[in-house]
Amino acid sequence: MSNKIVNWFKYASPQSFYPVAGKMIPWFWVLAAIFGVTGLWISFFVAPTDATQGEGYRIIFIHVPAAWMSMFIYVVMATWAGLGLALNTRLSGMMAQALAPTGAIMAFLSLWTGAFWGKPMWGAWWVWDARLTSALILFFLYIGFIALQAAIDDARRADKAGAILALVGVVNVPIIYFSVKWWNTLHQGASVSINKAPAMATTMLWGMLIMALAFWMYSIAVALTRVRAIILEREAHTEWVKELSEVKQ
Amino acid sequence: MSAVFAIIRRDLLLAMRRKSEVLTALFFFIIVVSLFPLGIGPEPALLRKIAPGILWVAALLATMLGLARLFAPDHADGTLEQMVLSPTPLGLLIAGKIAAHWITTGLPLVLLAPVLGIQFDLDSGAQGILVVSLLLGTPLLSLIGAIGAALTLGLRGGGVLLSLLVLPLYVPTLIFGAGAVEAYISGTGAGGHLSLLAALLVLGGFFAPWATTAALRIALE
Repeated sequence: MSNKIVNWFKYASPQSFYPVAGKMIPWFWVLAAIFGVTGLWISFFVAPTDATQGEGYRIIFIHVPAAWMSMFIYVVMATWAGLGLALNTRLSGMMAQALAPTGAIMAFLSLWTGAFWGKPMWGAWWVWDARLTSALILFFLYIGFIALQAAIDDARRADKAGAILALVGVVNVPIIYFSVKWWNTLHQGASVSINKAPAMATTMLWGMLIMALAFWMYSIAVALTRVRAIILEREAHTEWVKELSEVKQ
Repeated sequence: MSAVFAIIRRDLLLAMRRKSEVLTALFFFIIVVSLFPLGIGPEPALLRKIAPGILWVAALLATMLGLARLFAPDHADGTLEQMVLSPTPLGLLIAGKIAAHWITTGLPLVLLAPVLGIQFDLDSGAQGILVVSLLLGTPLLSLIGAIGAALTLGLRGGGVLLSLLVLPLYVPTLIFGAGAVEAYISGTGAGGHLSLLAALLVLGGFFAPWATTAALRIALE
């Protein structure tokens, strides 16, 4: 009876997770490539030219998935961090640490592509819109998390301190979002509104969703690769790492 | 509760014995605020418009200056470890330390702000709102900052790191604090902003000492 239940805590140990992650990574790369090619094909060749925005709108196929992933990864990171604090598992902290750079890059990418989109559409690289501002602050939160972990030499302390910061951050993200939103409505200077976007064609929506899946799979593949590197780095003193074929060479 | 007051009294006494540290943050606040008209120009209409934002940003930065000292001296001489070992809950003692930090850094800013507001030609009503918003907001700055101070305790380059961690979290306080004064000036009324600021203060007062305590236990492990 009891041996039918999968013991998930088995994979909480870096030693048993390392080979599993190694087996999963190629699959996520394959999925990322399939979704990426399909999504790009839809976004460049199938999706119609937008009536008001012309061809320039096609940047949203990169921009929107990047923005979604930057928010989603922060929540996933905070979840891993919370698990690490609650259950005192080492792998959780490593996962949070591995996710942070990917999330920061997604946040940066969403800001960068947003600027590219804003220049032809609004005539400005940057406006103090609520979404732009909160994406910028999210980027700062990622940088703070990475900087805090980098400043602490003891890996276990780095994990736990980072976990508290991530949890404080995840509580603050909605507060920051709404405060920036109200701040923006109070200062209604430029007449820019991205809420009144015209109804989106179904193919555009599909292109965006498939691109989001591609970004998602890419993020998992990269985070798993990074977590394997972190495991090797932190467990370098153990016997099982020294026995690995890739380490022995 | 007596332990909390004992902590507050002790920290205030220590601050009084080393007045220069408190005064440095205060003069930093005054100097930063005075620099803006020099950089921007002396037109009263423009200064009146930017005054709330400048006073609030300067208050954020001045609070940041004192944060690095919040736990570091106690950490260095072992007092912090004694606090962890004491029978009084650590969260209460930390709340006392945060209160003392606010009295030494936040409260003087609240009292000074109207004087600096005169430099920016704010009328008396706006001055009143500015004082109330700072009175509600500066304790929140101390509470949120304490989390950052505990996380960066004893780290290399802790001061710069602290500002990187804490300043993004100060954004809502800044928006509602400066927004209250601006809303009053523009005639929409500051009530909403002040209520939100008070709500954030209640939230911070409940959660921040708790998160700070958790961070301190990790730092002392």
